[in-house]
Amino acid sequence: MRDVSFEVNAGECVVLAGDNGAGKSTVIKMISGVYQPTAGKVWMNGELLTGKTPEAVRSAGIETIYQDLALADNLDPGLNLYLGRERTRRVLGLPFLDRKTMREDAVKVMKGLGIVVPDPAAPVREMSGGQRQAIAIARAIHWQAGLVIMDEPTAALGVPEQREVMALIERLKSKGVGIILISHNLPDIFAAADRIIVLARGIVAGERRPAETNDEEIVRMMMGATL
Amino acid sequence: MPNKNGASFVRSLLNAWSWLFLLLILGFFEIYAQTQTASTFLFRVYNLQSISVAASQILLLALGLTLVIVAGHIDLSIAFSTGFAAVVMALIIRAAGADAGWLVVLLAMGAGLLAAGLVGLVNGWLVALLNVPSFIGTLGTYGIARGAALIVAGGATVSIRNDHARAFGNGHVLGLPIPLVTAAILALICHYLLKHTKFGAHTYALGANRASVERAGVNVKKHLVLLFLLSAVTAGIGGLIYTSRFSAGAANAGEPILLYAVAAVFIGGASLTGGQGTITGTVIGAFIIAVIQFGLVFCGLPPYWQFVAVGLVIIVAVLVDQSKHHIVGGGS
Repeated sequence: MRDVSFEVNAGECVVLAGDNGAGKSTVIKMISGVYQPTAGKVWMNGELLTGKTPEAVRSAGIETIYQDLALADNLDPGLNLYLGRERTRRVLGLPFLDRKTMREDAVKVMKGLGIVVPDPAAPVREMSGGQRQAIAIARAIHWQAGLVIMDEPTAALGVPEQREVMALIERLKSKGVGIILISHNLPDIFAAADRIIVLARGIVAGERRPAETNDEEIVRMMMGATL
Repeated sequence: MPNKNGASFVRSLLNAWSWLFLLLILGFFEIYAQTQTASTFLFRVYNLQSISVAASQILLLALGLTLVIVAGHIDLSIAFSTGFAAVVMALIIRAAGADAGWLVVLLAMGAGLLAAGLVGLVNGWLVALLNVPSFIGTLGTYGIARGAALIVAGGATVSIRNDHARAFGNGHVLGLPIPLVTAAILALICHYLLKHTKFGAHTYALGANRASVERAGVNVKKHLVLLFLLSAVTAGIGGLIYTSRFSAGAANAGEPILLYAVAAVFIGGASLTGGQGTITGTVIGAFIIAVIQFGLVFCGLPPYWQFVAVGLVIIVAVLVDQSKHHIVGGGS
């Protein structure tokens, strides 16, 4: 990677587009603290994040949603929402998981995303791909993420579920959350993006607004550096 | 899905099958007793005590194991965590002489638990830190603990003469045998841990998807070490009970129970792939096996038939689990 520099504003969706091996994943891993850049800095609302651990970056408000979603399929939406930060209540001095409150919160946050949870007590493996994506996104919102990074969120989904995810992205934007979306699917890119940053072979091949460009130009930029 | 209600009805039947099965075999043996021997199976204190003590023995190995299996692992070494603890306890009591007091017995029990805990720590180290598959790693410590127990015992059973130990192993609390009371208390603790704590939620999540707990910031390595420690210590308590009941510490105290313990966990609804299983299920599983063991002898069959019967129940349990997945899988 060389000279990759961009910013994301609140409520804005920036798409990192590029062919396989263009460096999209490397960029987001440097933002989320998984990789450390050899040069350059990551800032969030004036706070320097470079050099911090992935956990510290998360608590600073940057949530990464991976392709596999990292859900525990055998647990209900409530526990998935709170995984690692579960709520408990005390009974006779002993902490007990507060499943009811966690479920109610999950239903509430999901409702805010326009998703109705059919059975809040059922394990998430029984939910659709779009609903599962919504749980991962709900986790980000619930923990007040200011920036959500999504890695190919529609890659493994059918067409109706892809639409659900695009609608989710719109709702996240309307809540003032910044989004970095990784994609090489042109319809997705144009549907979601406020700005498109095209990466090719580790450098920025160009930056466009969807209104001032078209499929063809984006593809040419994605391929350009390889010619 | 052709019929949602029908499918969920079948599913709840399948979830409850172990309860139904336990009732069924109890009913079977009771009818047998009434018709063939004109006596009763269920309503005799001796029968119930024998069954519950046999089930307790299985449970002491199966309780901690349930959490390990829910997390997607296995612990074979519990067979000899039990034996190691039994032998260490017996050696210390014997070294202290014939009239050793309560304090010595408690100390000996503590040492036995330390010995078992050591096996658990080694398991945790192998699986969590060296990423050895738990089946292989605990098969290794199965051998090591077996050897260690036989070496310290000099290859023989360590018999003791101590009234305090014997009173503990054969005594009663509120009319209930102490092994049963011990297993019941441990079952409650393990049930609380698995069902009602963060630790339990992380154990289920770990069994379903390790990445989910790792990315949630849970220290997975520490969690695994604790699981194997718990498994070894509960099995070790089984060893203490053994030495107290029989006034002898044997290295192979847990060996014949290992497979029954594993079977109880799977009959109780756990899956080899992890992510499911409950303590209630394991308790039912242990009682199913104990009832079969005692019931077949009660019916006058040679004791070898119990191996066949328990084997069949295990196979049924796996088939039930598979058809459950089939039904759930068809629904999504």
